[in-house]
Amino acid sequence: MMSILDYLTRRRKKTASVAKERLQLILSREHATDSGPDYLPALQKELLAVISKYTHIDLDDIKINLEKDGDCEILELNIALPEKQNEVA
Amino acid sequence: MSKVVVVTSGKGGVGKTTTSASFATGLAIRGHKTAVIDFDVGLRNLDLIMGCERRVVYDFVNVINGEASLKQALIRDKAHNNLFILPASQTRDKDAFTIEGVGKVIDELRESFDYIICDSPAGIEKGAMMALYFADEALIVTNPEVSSVRDSDRILGLLGAKSKRAEEDLEPIKEHLVVTRYSASRVETGEMLTIEDIQELLGIDLLAVIPESGAVLHASNAGVPVVRDEVSNSGQAYQDLVSRFLGEDLPMRFLDTKKKSFLKRLFGT
Ligand SMILES: Nc1ncnc2c1ncn2[C@@H]1O[C@H](COP(=O)(O)OP(=O)(O)OP(=O)(O)O)[C@@H](O)[C@H]1O
Ligand SMILES: [Mg+2]
Repeated sequence: MMSILDYLTRRRKKTASVAKERLQLILSREHATDSGPDYLPALQKELLAVISKYTHIDLDDIKINLEKDGDCEILELNIALPEKQNEVA
Repeated sequence: MSKVVVVTSGKGGVGKTTTSASFATGLAIRGHKTAVIDFDVGLRNLDLIMGCERRVVYDFVNVINGEASLKQALIRDKAHNNLFILPASQTRDKDAFTIEGVGKVIDELRESFDYIICDSPAGIEKGAMMALYFADEALIVTNPEVSSVRDSDRILGLLGAKSKRAEEDLEPIKEHLVVTRYSASRVETGEMLTIEDIQELLGIDLLAVIPESGAVLHASNAGVPVVRDEVSNSGQAYQDLVSRFLGEDLPMRFLDTKKKSFLKRLFGT
């Protein structure tokens, strides 16, 4: 409990910037989903499901990005794998 | 025995999601296995207030449609391993909400959770009706302001007529009044309805009074429910809410200006 309390009091003045960072991340993710092909949300979900089937990975460690390069759309998937590969039973 | 509790109000923006997040977190802190469900299809917000927005993969509608299992969709809270969030869908297919579909999910949750908290959307449309349908108890979130009180009265009528308990002639839903965004100074100057006024108008038991507080904004910025901000008056008021809900008899706090300005000086909330 102490650490949260510290966190909240220490950061009290700066919570707006935390909010901005969180929003930038989530909005870019949602926009990518909106503007991409129809199957993109399902594709993302299934990819994430497959990854979490093999490793105990926190979803925060997965970054998805959709970029336009001319006529080409690039789906970028960045996965930070845990150091020790522990398999799911 | 599991309990389903709906957090509802009729009127928008009165503090339902803030209350759902803090209530669920408070129950989990007290050791109860708790799930909190966002019923606001299309306007998902509970994930942000709980700070788990980046971990949403599947949502409530995916589970209803059989596209994901409940286990896949539930997000475990980072700070409390007995607390889970079921996010709303961002797509606009509210039609996914059927009594059978939602009922199946609630039944499955009842098997493994002590408390299932349903964060209702505003209004009296499908989402709001589904959020209250399966409730055993209800937190009626009300601001000390005319339209909010009238809408709460409307919702009380629906709880008594359109819920499962009402339709099946079971014991009625237990209703609790939660007054939020309460400003002691504005009550004292006669600008705002008093707690007694609201209780008299709505005729239900008062569970808690949550003061208007800057700490709520900081908490949502950080994605940490305000109940975990133990130095703030609103955080303490939410802790009292949880204690009283669990049966403790505590006096109401933060009802007069003196105490508030004292806290203000100390913590700048
Ligand atoms: N006690 C409080 N003090 C100050 N601000 C508050 C308090 N409670 C809620 N708020 C603010 O009021 C706004 C609405 O709160 P919240 O989202 O919880 O309401 P809601 O009833 O869930 O809204 P909706 O009907 O849109 O779902 C938010 O900006 C929130 O930060
Ligand atoms: Mg809400």
